[in-house]
Amino acid sequence: MNLPGTQDYLAALPEIVVATLACIVLLIDLWSNDRERLLTWLATQFTLLVGIVLIIVQLSTDVTYAFAGTYVKDILSDVLKLFIFIGAGVAFLYMREYLRIHNEMKGEYFTLGLFAVLGMMVLASASHMITLYLGLELLSLSLYALVAMRRDSAQSAEAAMKYFMLGAIASGMLLYGMSMIYGATGSLDLREVADAVAQARSDDLILIFGLVFIVAGIAFKLGAVPFHMWAPDVYQGAPTAVTLFLATVPKLAAFAMLMRLLVDGLGPLHDQWQGMLIILAVLSMAIGNLVAIAQENIRRMLAYSTISHVGFLLLGVLSGTDQGYAAALFYTVVYMIMGLGAFGVLVMLGRAGFEADRLSDIKGLNQRSPWLAGVMLVMMFSMAGVPPFLGFWAKFAVLQEVVAVGLVWLAVAAVVFSIIGAFYYLRIVKLIYFDEAEEQAPIRGSSPMRVMVSSNGLVVLLFGLFPAPLLGICIAVFTRIELVIG
Amino acid sequence: MQAMLLTIVLAPLVGAIIAGLFARQVGRAGAHWATIIGVAISAALSLVVFKQQVFDGAPVWNESVYTWMVIGGFTFEIGFLVDRLTAMMMVVVTSVSLMVHIYTIGYMRDEAHNWPKNSRAGRHAYQRFFAYISLFTFSMLMLVMANNFLQLFFGWEAVGLVSYLLIGFWLNRDTAVYANLKAFLVNRVGDFGFLLGIGMILFYFNTLDYASVFAAAERIDGLSIALFPGFEWSVITVICILLFIGAMGKSAQVPLHVWLPDSMEGPTPISALIHAATMVTAGIFMVARMSPLFEFSTAALSFILVIGAITALFMGFLGLVQNDIKRVVAYSTLSQLGYMTVALGVSAYAAGVFHLMTHAFFKALLFLAAGSVIIAMHHEQDMRKMGGLKKYLPITYWTSLIGTLALIGAPFFSGFFSKDAIIMAVGESTLSAAGFAYIAVLLGVFVTALYSFRLFFLVFHGKERMDEQTRSHLHESPAVVTVPLILLAIPSVLIGLPLVGSMAFGDFFAGAITVLPHNDVLGRLAQEYTGVIGMVIHGLVTPPVWLAAAGVVTAWYLYLHRPELPERIRQRFAGLHAFMVNKYGFDDFNEKVFAGGSRRLGDLLWRHGDVRVIDGWLVNGTANTVGRLAQLARRLQSGYLYHYAFAMVLGLLLMLILFTTGRG
Repeated sequence: MNLPGTQDYLAALPEIVVATLACIVLLIDLWSNDRERLLTWLATQFTLLVGIVLIIVQLSTDVTYAFAGTYVKDILSDVLKLFIFIGAGVAFLYMREYLRIHNEMKGEYFTLGLFAVLGMMVLASASHMITLYLGLELLSLSLYALVAMRRDSAQSAEAAMKYFMLGAIASGMLLYGMSMIYGATGSLDLREVADAVAQARSDDLILIFGLVFIVAGIAFKLGAVPFHMWAPDVYQGAPTAVTLFLATVPKLAAFAMLMRLLVDGLGPLHDQWQGMLIILAVLSMAIGNLVAIAQENIRRMLAYSTISHVGFLLLGVLSGTDQGYAAALFYTVVYMIMGLGAFGVLVMLGRAGFEADRLSDIKGLNQRSPWLAGVMLVMMFSMAGVPPFLGFWAKFAVLQEVVAVGLVWLAVAAVVFSIIGAFYYLRIVKLIYFDEAEEQAPIRGSSPMRVMVSSNGLVVLLFGLFPAPLLGICIAVFTRIELVIG
Repeated sequence: MQAMLLTIVLAPLVGAIIAGLFARQVGRAGAHWATIIGVAISAALSLVVFKQQVFDGAPVWNESVYTWMVIGGFTFEIGFLVDRLTAMMMVVVTSVSLMVHIYTIGYMRDEAHNWPKNSRAGRHAYQRFFAYISLFTFSMLMLVMANNFLQLFFGWEAVGLVSYLLIGFWLNRDTAVYANLKAFLVNRVGDFGFLLGIGMILFYFNTLDYASVFAAAERIDGLSIALFPGFEWSVITVICILLFIGAMGKSAQVPLHVWLPDSMEGPTPISALIHAATMVTAGIFMVARMSPLFEFSTAALSFILVIGAITALFMGFLGLVQNDIKRVVAYSTLSQLGYMTVALGVSAYAAGVFHLMTHAFFKALLFLAAGSVIIAMHHEQDMRKMGGLKKYLPITYWTSLIGTLALIGAPFFSGFFSKDAIIMAVGESTLSAAGFAYIAVLLGVFVTALYSFRLFFLVFHGKERMDEQTRSHLHESPAVVTVPLILLAIPSVLIGLPLVGSMAFGDFFAGAITVLPHNDVLGRLAQEYTGVIGMVIHGLVTPPVWLAAAGVVTAWYLYLHRPELPERIRQRFAGLHAFMVNKYGFDDFNEKVFAGGSRRLGDLLWRHGDVRVIDGWLVNGTANTVGRLAQLARRLQSGYLYHYAFAMVLGLLLMLILFTTGRG
């Protein structure tokens, strides 16, 4: 094996820099006695900013393999990382607001968040199963710790415990699947795996066995039915600040994992995993949308809403075309934006010691704060897929690709389930606008928070009116990859 | 050229936006200045376009300026077709609109008393009014300048919308709301036909572009379609009749005429601009524009001829029994629209459009004069309470006289040339319905003269029948009212003289209007045409002029010489009078059969379809089912870790079984 050279380090520069800076942030937090942790927070955001700059400077459609093929830098990884940075930046802003409101300011939220971001970056750039697993575990462990941050809360502890246990089982499944693949192909390098699988007989039992276990592992990370059980409990049990992070940005990493493992590595088995993803997608859309209706807690409802969105996302991937992948990426990014916005509004509704997360807490929001009510309206309409909001285009793009590969029945089912789902989104709108407020406390919020939540709403509206740029990026990612590889 | 055309169209729109959306900021003066300047720009540029087209011999401008969308091979565009027909319409629309804008300043000056105190609708009503009429000008220009059916339909609906908004301008009055709803619904009927016609054009021609459709018209000739099994119809006839049904709604032809008299609930400037001079002539314009299609269908032309003749005569009769000054003018408009339609029916499109133009000026004049009278009478519209206004309103009096003479077709006035051209064309036509139409239009001349001078004598001559208080306040209207009257009086007299030779009998519209040789009645008349003087001399030896004179004399005898006589006649023919006051029962029929029937049908559907099936089974039924399912599925989430792990393992096992069995 060759020793790593400058080329390798350059390709992984963003990860290296973020890892270094994350450690520095850790030290800053250790020595800082600022109760507000402003410095920690600023250093965190600075780290993300440096990451963005590094990515943009190196942005290109070239595919670079580094560290003996364990690591890949291509346009997909670049774009994913960019969205991860942006999403994490917004999430940290909301997080800080939440922590200030609830007097729970701790620097660890941000440092753990940064390590989670690092894990996601590694996932996005993995081209080797070991690298991928490394990234996944770094991400997962950070998230377990984040969920458990509120040590004295039984609810948080229970959520973290469940998350950790189930996560361990899922990791076990994933590893087991990987070992099967290794047994069948003799390699862990995803490129070599792909070559070997293409040579192998497609009904090789070991391969299929491995594939099922890998799909189960990914499905857990995404929160697809029936590997979704952790999601509602964790979303509800964790502090909202953690939930909003955990529910949004890591979905990009899960998408990356899906693309790397199933498309890059096991692409030749598309016919097999398509069937599995169809089952997961239909179940997720059905259970997600149905059970969300029965929820009284908004965070739980959003957890089920996430599950149904994951179903949609899988639709794009299972089509198996570049346009389908692009649609799925678009869907993931759009989901992240919408999720951040919805949780951002929830953060603003809360106050010290009180999580505003029951349906009754949002009643009559329009009387208390018309602007915030408007943002929530935009988010809910967008999630329900009402034009002209962004969520409509996401659903539209995905459905278009599903129809394009001939799975019309699946598209019809997806539409039916999203109509059922529209009910609980619209119920929120009804509560906001047509019910009397039970709570009269004025809604405050720092000005950066108000600006951010407003721009979050505006983004959903404006990109909804002009979806071309965002969709264009997602399509460019995949068409260029094809150009380079093919 | 494109920039100029866009300016013509958009200047009124900009004015409308300023006056409408920034009503508070610009205030009353700002609103009327913004809209007047916008329309003035349009009017000036329209004159330039007219000059280029007519005197400089500029080529026809037919281009698209914007592609709206492309769907399944169909391209939907916004574009302009500017030829002489368009240029003439543009000048008429913008110049009348400009006059009306100016006039409105005077008419709406003290309109605040029309609104209840602190009414929100009344707060910026003045600005709103100007915004609407400018918006109307924009829409009407879009309609006449369109080069495709889609844009035509846009303009068609947009003028309908503004008409609706303006009829109901005083939205605190029940009658106004009733009238605008009626106008809206009746126009829906027409528009339905129109839309079907456009749909058929798209189906058979695969394009909505005028030029392509007209070029392909011959190809469609001879195709037939079975609307009902066993009855074959010529496609072109069906298309033309459907399009004409649209025109019947917009141009108020029997039986879709019922909305126009009620539309007089709107402010008078609107009656002049929309319900006399421009919008109601859109149907006439449309048929003339579509002449390359209509020429291929004798059946459609005969249909048009009969409808037009009925409208021309029978709506004129109704003008005799009305006492509201505006309603008399409204029925006169209906009757004159009938004349134009008759001209279309005998393929004398040019004569119809020529009458459209002269009518626009003199009828706008008559309406604005009526408005001037109404201002002077403090919004009293009943002619029985007027009389002897000549000495109080001299300018209104003389301009009214000019308008009335033009309307009845006195020699040398503009109306004479256009109406005589139509009557001669009908006499020349060989269509089987032409005989009936000829009698109708001839009789119509007498009736027109009778009701016009009845109005004139009742208002301006005879005893002063108003109360003392009103009389003491009588005075001539301000300059913003009288100047437009004078400016409109000039073309009402003069516009016919220079244009009759080229427009009606010449080749003014060559290229814009298509007439097949065997239908070319105007062409045959043109061979005998010897100039303006010749036409007047010819007019003096034919019945129309003498019938008009007889009408004037009868009116004089009945309303000035023996004013007690009309009352005796009324009592003698009480039944007939009641029938006419009831407008031949059209309204009652519609109210009972269509409105009542729809209400009963709606009630039935609501009770059984909506409440039981949709709400009961579909909506609440599915909602309940979904709710029950949701509660059931929720139980799966027990909260126990081992349940969760079990679910995961179960899922894994199921997938394993599903995807590995039958393969190994």
